[in-house]
Amino acid sequence: MAQDLSRRAFLTRSAAIGCSLAASPLVTPVTLAAAPGENRLIVIILRGAMDGLGAVMPYGDPAWTALRGRPALGTEDGPADLDGFYALHPALKPLLPLWSQGQLGFVHAVSTPYRDKRSHFDGQDLLEAGITDLSHGLSRDGWLNRMLRHYPGIGTETAYAVGRDTLKLLNGPAPVSRWTPESDLALSPQAIRLAELVMQDDPVFAAAMAQALQIADNDGDAVASTMAPAEMDAMMAKELNSRRGETGEARIAQFVGRQLRGPSRIAAFSINGWDTHERQGVYLTRSLRRLTDAILSLREELGGPVWQNTAVVAMTEFGRTVRINGTQGTDHGTGGAMVLAGGAIRGGRVVTEWPGLDEASLYNRRDLMPTRDLRAHAGWLINGLFGLDRGTIERDVFPGVELGGDPRLLL
Amino acid sequence: MAAFDPVLADIRFGCGLSPALAPAPDAAAFLATLTGPDDSAARHPVERFETFLTRLQEVRKYQQIRRKNRGTPEGLAARDAIRDLNKVANVAQLHWMAQRLARRVTTAAPFRERLAAFWADHFTATGKAGVMRRAGGPYVESAIRPRLAGKFEDLLIAAVTHPLMVHYLDQERSAGPNSKRAQSGDKKLGLNENLAREIMELHTLGVGGPYTQTDVRELAELLTGLTMNRTVGRQFRKDMAEPGAETVLGKRYGGGQPRFSDIEAVLRDLARHPATARHLAGKLATHFVSDSPDPALTGAIEAALLESGTDLKAGYEAMLAHPAAWSTRSPNVKRPFDFIASALRALEVPPETFLSLKPGMFRRRFHVPMVLMGHVWEKPVGPDGLPEEDSAWITPQGLAARLQWAVTVPQLLQDELPDPRAFVTQALGPRATPAVHLAAKAAESRADGIGLVLASPSFQRM
Repeated sequence: MAQDLSRRAFLTRSAAIGCSLAASPLVTPVTLAAAPGENRLIVIILRGAMDGLGAVMPYGDPAWTALRGRPALGTEDGPADLDGFYALHPALKPLLPLWSQGQLGFVHAVSTPYRDKRSHFDGQDLLEAGITDLSHGLSRDGWLNRMLRHYPGIGTETAYAVGRDTLKLLNGPAPVSRWTPESDLALSPQAIRLAELVMQDDPVFAAAMAQALQIADNDGDAVASTMAPAEMDAMMAKELNSRRGETGEARIAQFVGRQLRGPSRIAAFSINGWDTHERQGVYLTRSLRRLTDAILSLREELGGPVWQNTAVVAMTEFGRTVRINGTQGTDHGTGGAMVLAGGAIRGGRVVTEWPGLDEASLYNRRDLMPTRDLRAHAGWLINGLFGLDRGTIERDVFPGVELGGDPRLLL
Repeated sequence: MAAFDPVLADIRFGCGLSPALAPAPDAAAFLATLTGPDDSAARHPVERFETFLTRLQEVRKYQQIRRKNRGTPEGLAARDAIRDLNKVANVAQLHWMAQRLARRVTTAAPFRERLAAFWADHFTATGKAGVMRRAGGPYVESAIRPRLAGKFEDLLIAAVTHPLMVHYLDQERSAGPNSKRAQSGDKKLGLNENLAREIMELHTLGVGGPYTQTDVRELAELLTGLTMNRTVGRQFRKDMAEPGAETVLGKRYGGGQPRFSDIEAVLRDLARHPATARHLAGKLATHFVSDSPDPALTGAIEAALLESGTDLKAGYEAMLAHPAAWSTRSPNVKRPFDFIASALRALEVPPETFLSLKPGMFRRRFHVPMVLMGHVWEKPVGPDGLPEEDSAWITPQGLAARLQWAVTVPQLLQDELPDPRAFVTQALGPRATPAVHLAAKAAESRADGIGLVLASPSFQRM
């Protein structure tokens, strides 16, 4: 009976089997193997399609001013010049010190292979699945999970999906932990034991329960408690208030920081709110501020030495139309941008094969032409950070991608 | 062959078992509850959108005063009045959430509640700023709930041309490039494809459906003229409509004077399209039965919808009549609202106990726990609504939140909890497993025992 097992044995075992649900409840405990090296990768999914042209403005392109207006460079509220060709959106300006230290960079005019239907949901599915097209249906696993499978010894703590999103890029058989920082558990030791018992009726519930107990024990306060109901209620109220006091991004960054300072190496979370069909001036600013907060909080939480080994990459399902629409926003487009940050990044530059913005150079005469598959950049990051070889990446992590030349995104 | 099972019907297609309300004995009786008078809505009213509009009108009035009197005491008073109206609407939204919980606890027509939630999610819409953010409940009440068992095309027209949807999917300021308004140089107006795309992708044909970017563009042009106004609600403005005919899926619409009926015509055709029947059948079977439903079940629903000219009741009837609808292999997991409501129903919690809570307390007991379970009430991530996959809900944090709510909140609502050993059968019926019986018996307190029963997979699955 599961009851006879100590809780610790139970957790260790479930850590080893991860989501492999068919495993017998009495497998021998296995110790956690080493994570894949010292480097860290944080993937941020920007849901809703970030306007890459609005974030990193190619104001040096001859067609730019006619499309988007002349940028007020050098003014307090205006964009900041990066290199004489690109300028940074004002909401990203707090990141300028990182740019000058070479810890912030961008990749421009890239996209997944997704074309033409411009659906957020398909676009995000493809971005997270890491495959070439959806014509054969969606793969059930995500690219980051497929990468993890090449490190068979890893434990559940190696990779974290953080926040309330599913984060399909981490779906799959390799063990992954999922957590929302504001969740917490406080149960009597007897209730914990019985909860584990009833969850054994269903492998999906049992796996989630084991991970919940493990993570909740590691998040700063232990699960087992003898709190009275009123105290538990007060604890829930405290969680609510702390959520109000800080931005969601800062809280997520704190949690990610704590995990990655420890045994974790990989984390993913989402920032929503990029679908700027209307009044982009307001809404894009708001979302870019959240991205800025997330990057700065991560740097602060990770601290010097770990930050030096970290690459943060933010990617989105597609870009937006080059022209402003009738409602002062932009519609779904194609080519977009990636944001890179971290001490491991060779930053201070915009990596691109710039296609140009004159009408003939656009995709379908409306969108920025993607000149490279963003999966190639993500693939080279994985190669550089974790040493996974090129053939495995092209065959398994991003099937169908042509990695091409090394863009040398890392130091 | 598996056939209609009254207990399973209440769990899977209804709001869960209730010790006070006997399940419908057969499919005919179960379906008949959809067409009777809407007693639970009458007992637990939610504001209709027509009434909600007066809130928007009030805000508009103060906005005008503020604009004319910037910096003056009158302007500041108007600003405060707007802030108060926002607060009042915020509290009203929580109250309507409580009313919808109350309906589920006491209803004798539980399928109606589930269908209202299903179609509200299919036609996800929400306000993007100010008081409008609270309009979700009134929208469902006015546009969706009265049309659950009629023709899909009528539901489609009511939902996608509703002022809230028009606002949510950026149709509000979409104007044809050659319309009078756009030609007169109003720079704030222009074509926006958002609503057109989501109608085809989400509401009718489905993303794999037989449409192209050109169809999206043509439908967007045909939709121009459809807009909304915070005083009167839905509006059709000829001066925003793109002149000339548009071709959607090979058929020409309009061409004469711009008319709202051209929009209705294309929506009716989209509703009756075979790809739409397929898409809806898949969604119904996935939502009510399993993440990977038997193709024979979706086929039966699809055929019924097509043959009946999109009669939804025929589709539901085909679903309930199909043996695969009663399969007990890998049944769905309850969504957070289903879970909380079915727990309250099983415990016979009198609705007054949560309807009378102060807003802050209601938020703490219900709204925030649901957020932690993964559902932010009436604040969707996107127009595709809530995920169907069980894996999106049974995550470590989602399950932790369910367990913590189950052991904490019921005892705070009721002085006297039932004996957990008896509650096992009351809540689970024939699904009770030995492990749940044991946990109910071995728990240290009633609260723990009740919580463990509610958190058990047998209760969490439908």
